[in-house]
Formats: sequence, C-alpha cells, structure tokens
Amino acid sequence: MTDQPVIIDVKNLVKKFGDFVAVDGISFEVKAGEIFAFLGPNGAGKTTTIKMLTTLLKPTSGDIRLNGHDPMHDQAAVRRTFGIVFQDPSLDDELTAWENLELHGVLYSVEKKLRRARMEELLKIVELYDRKDDLVKKFSGGMRRRLEIARGLLHHPKILFLDEPTLGLDPQTRNHLWSYVKNLNEKENITVFLTTHYMEEADRMASRIAVIDHGKIVASGSSAELKQKTNTDNLEDAFLAFTGHAIREEEMTKGDNFRAHMRIMRK
Amino acid sequence: MTIYILWLRQLKRYARSRTRIIGSLGQPLLFLVALGFGFGPVYAQAGGGNYMQFLAPGVIAMSILFTAVFSGMEIIWDRQFGFLKETLVAPVSRFTIMLGRTLGGATVAVIQGLIVLTLTILIGFRPENWAMLPVAILVMFLISLLFTAMGTAIASKLEDFQGFQLIMNFLVMPLFFLSGALFPLDNVPMALTIISRLDPLSYGVDALRAMLLGTHHFSLMTDFAVLGVVTAFFLALGSYLFSKIQV
Ligand SMILES: Nc1ncnc2c1ncn2[C@@H]1O[C@H](COP(=O)(O)OP(=O)(O)O)[C@@H](O)[C@H]1O
Ligand SMILES: [Mg+2]
Repeated sequence: MTDQPVIIDVKNLVKKFGDFVAVDGISFEVKAGEIFAFLGPNGAGKTTTIKMLTTLLKPTSGDIRLNGHDPMHDQAAVRRTFGIVFQDPSLDDELTAWENLELHGVLYSVEKKLRRARMEELLKIVELYDRKDDLVKKFSGGMRRRLEIARGLLHHPKILFLDEPTLGLDPQTRNHLWSYVKNLNEKENITVFLTTHYMEEADRMASRIAVIDHGKIVASGSSAELKQKTNTDNLEDAFLAFTGHAIREEEMTKGDNFRAHMRIMRK
Repeated sequence: MTIYILWLRQLKRYARSRTRIIGSLGQPLLFLVALGFGFGPVYAQAGGGNYMQFLAPGVIAMSILFTAVFSGMEIIWDRQFGFLKETLVAPVSRFTIMLGRTLGGATVAVIQGLIVLTLTILIGFRPENWAMLPVAILVMFLISLLFTAMGTAIASKLEDFQGFQLIMNFLVMPLFFLSGALFPLDNVPMALTIISRLDPLSYGVDALRAMLLGTHHFSLMTDFAVLGVVTAFFLALGSYLFSKIQV
C-alpha cells in the first residue's frame, strides 16, 4: 500500500459560506487503492469537502489534486476519474429505476453489454430487480437510497466517493454493499473515499480514518492507531477523546437513524 | 449518445405528465375562444379580415414560448430534487449536457405547438398553404430552441422557485403580449413599434404567419436572421452560465 502513488492530495482547504467557515484549512493525502474514511458528526464539513473534490463547489482557498488534476481548472479530467454516491437524493423521480441506471451508464460511457449486465447484477444486489420498471417516485426512501448506490457503482472509476451511503439502510443491505465495495477495491484497485458517522463501518472498512469536527481534522490514522493514541478500546471512545463529545448526539430525531443507533447500542 | 439520452429524458418526462399537457392546453383554448370569437366581429368591421386566422399563429407561438421557457427552467426542479448534481459531475462537457436538455425541451415545445395547431384547426383556423407546414415546423423549432435556451440561461442563475413568478410576469408575459401575437404591428404607436422590434418573439410570430397565412410584417430574411442570431446568443449564454453552476 505504501508504494502506491498519492491519488487525492489536499492542502489547506478552506470553504466559507459568508462568514461561516464550513471547512477550516484541512490537509490530507489518500493513496491509490486505499479505503479512506472521513468520520465526523453532522455539520462537520464532510459533504462540503466532497463537493469541492468533485467539482461541484469552488473552494475559498487551498489546493486540491485528484489523480494529479485540479478540480477547479481541469474539471473534465477530474470528472473522468471519479464516481460518487451523494448524501442527498439525486435520482430522477419521473424515470424508472432502470432508466435512471441506463442514463447514468450512458453518461459514463459504459459499453452497452457490460452496462446491461451490471445494471441487472446491481439491481439484484440492492433487491430492486423486480421493481426495475417502476417510476422512482413510487419508491420509499430506503428503496431510493439503494438505487442511488446501485447507480453509483455502475461504472468503475479510479476513485469512488461514498457520502454516508448507508444512512437509513437495513443491516443486510449494508453488509451486501460493503462487501461489494471491498471487492471492487481489491479487484480493481479502486480508491474509496467514504464519509460516515457509523463507527463500526469506519472501523471495519477503512484502512485509514480522518476524524473531522467543526471543519477541522482533529486526528487521523488507522483505527488501531486512533485507539492507541487515545488509550481506548473502541472508536466511539476514541472519537469522544478527540472531540470532547459523542458523534451521534443530534441524530436521535429521525426514525431510521434512531433504529440504526439502537442496533449498534445493543451489540 | 449522451445528447440523445438527455433529449429522450425530457421527452419521457413530458409524455408522463398528462396533467401538465392537458393543463397547458387550457390557456391557448381560452385565448382562441375569448379573443378569437370575442374580437372577431370588431376586427372584421375595422377591415382587418378574419381575426381567428390572424390570431391562431400568435396563440401557437404563445404556447411554444411558455412551454419552451418552462422546459428550460426545469433545471430549477432538477436542482431542488437533486438530479442536477448527477449530470453536473458526469464526465461529459457541460455544453453537451446543456445541449441535450435544450434540444429535448425544444422538441417538447414543438410538440406542444403542433397540438395547439391541431386545436386551432378544430376551432376553425384554416392554414392557407399546407405545403409550407414543414417550414412552419422549422420556425416552431427555432422559436422553441431560442426560448428553451433562454429559460436554461435564467434558471442557471436561480437557486429556487422564488424568482420564477417574477420571470413569468416581467419577462415571459411581456414577451408574449408585445410580440404582435394578438394584434398587427402596422400602425401601432412608435413606442410599441420599438419595443416589439426588440422582442425576438415578434419575428417568430411573423415567420409563423408567413408560413401558415402567407402574410408578414418583416421580411422573411429578417425573421430568420434575427431568430438565428438570438438563438445562437442564448445557447452560448445558457451553456456558459450552465457551466458555472455550483451546488
Ligand atoms: N450552501 C451552504 N450555505 C451555507 N452553509 C452551508 C452550505 N452547505 C453547507 N453548509 C454548512 O456547512 C456545514 C458543513 O456542512 P456539511 O459539509 O454538509 O457537513 P457534513 O456533511 O459533515 O454533515 C454545516 O454547518 C452546514 O450547515
Ligand atoms: Mg454530509
């Protein structure tokens, strides 16, 4: 892993919305083939960082290189290197599940036979194959989420951004998803940049974790290193030690999150 | 292929929104009935001839204008519902994306124009020269393209629906009412003459009348030149502004 080139290189990245500093001078490197996790509570600046990395938002200052290219000036080259599962909805409600995938596949020039094969495979993985011809507007929140993920995995980019991909999913689908991603990462050397506030996911998936809070990276390293630094035996306590507060305090309102939380608590 | 799939998306969305299609026929129908039949006698007495004949191309142009601007402004919907992000990060130039959407929106507006043309014929409109219909469709397409691109340009700068009403009342409505769609541009006051000449829809309505009725106010050359140049301008502006969108 250490001899791999740096594929994401971020220096002193800042994003302000008016006076509010959402991302406050962060720097980090991700090597090709790594699974790198941004771990932080809601509002920490994870999504804002991803938007800057993926050409959707202009940084206030700082420097980004994705696969050697600058997302501000060489957008086309950057867009050819990554795929993304957004945190927020991004499907077309008036199209069917199948049509949403087809459109994505064409936008990313996935050759037709391969595209159709992957569409079928992915729809089966997320258990939507028998609903493929239904309009997305008839789907429940969880079904939409699963479709978003299937769509994000349809083309195999150099870098895959997953912004809280499993939020609100049941454990079984989460397991399927993560094994699929792990497999992609190993077989095709795809770099994965994920954000999550599920400790167990960061723990299980990521080779390296950056803990982010209030727009700043407060610690980074492997899960083992983070625990060692803080003298704790789980990531939850490590996080508490770094930031002075628990990660999921403000998350108790949404039903899905609440249930997910309870599931983790019971373990 | 990318352009095609984005074009197809616009068409599918249109075909699936039956209420939108039916709803959008109400307004032209109202104009045809209320104005066409209501003003018909006065217009004839004043020596203008058959008002329904005069009005029909104007109402067709109106529904094309509304549909086209609306199609262009669908970007606001896509932004609100999130789908816009999906196209913005795709490894395809934003110009291509904008072009696919705009061609799709324009096609939808032409279809709407043809539906309204059928409606006018049912109500009593009689085109003078059916042979010119293909050219008339070309004119419809130019008008459609122009205003879809204009809608795209505007919507690229709007975050949400707040500005929509403003655009409708202070841009789209005046574009329609001052274009000569409802009245002949001969012998109108100087101020109105100037304004109508600045309104690109005037040339669209005029070209449409030339094709369907054989009468026109400007020369056909002028009509096509203005429509062509303004369309090119809004396509360029639209793709520039579209390429600058952040979410
Ligand atoms: N477009 C915006 N305008 C103003 N504030 C924003 C905008 N986008 C995000 N923020 C703020 O920036 C902070 C970081 O948000 P975000 O990156 O979405 O956090 P996370 O993904 O870690 O939950 C939040 O406080 C959020 O309210
Ligand atoms: Mg987020």
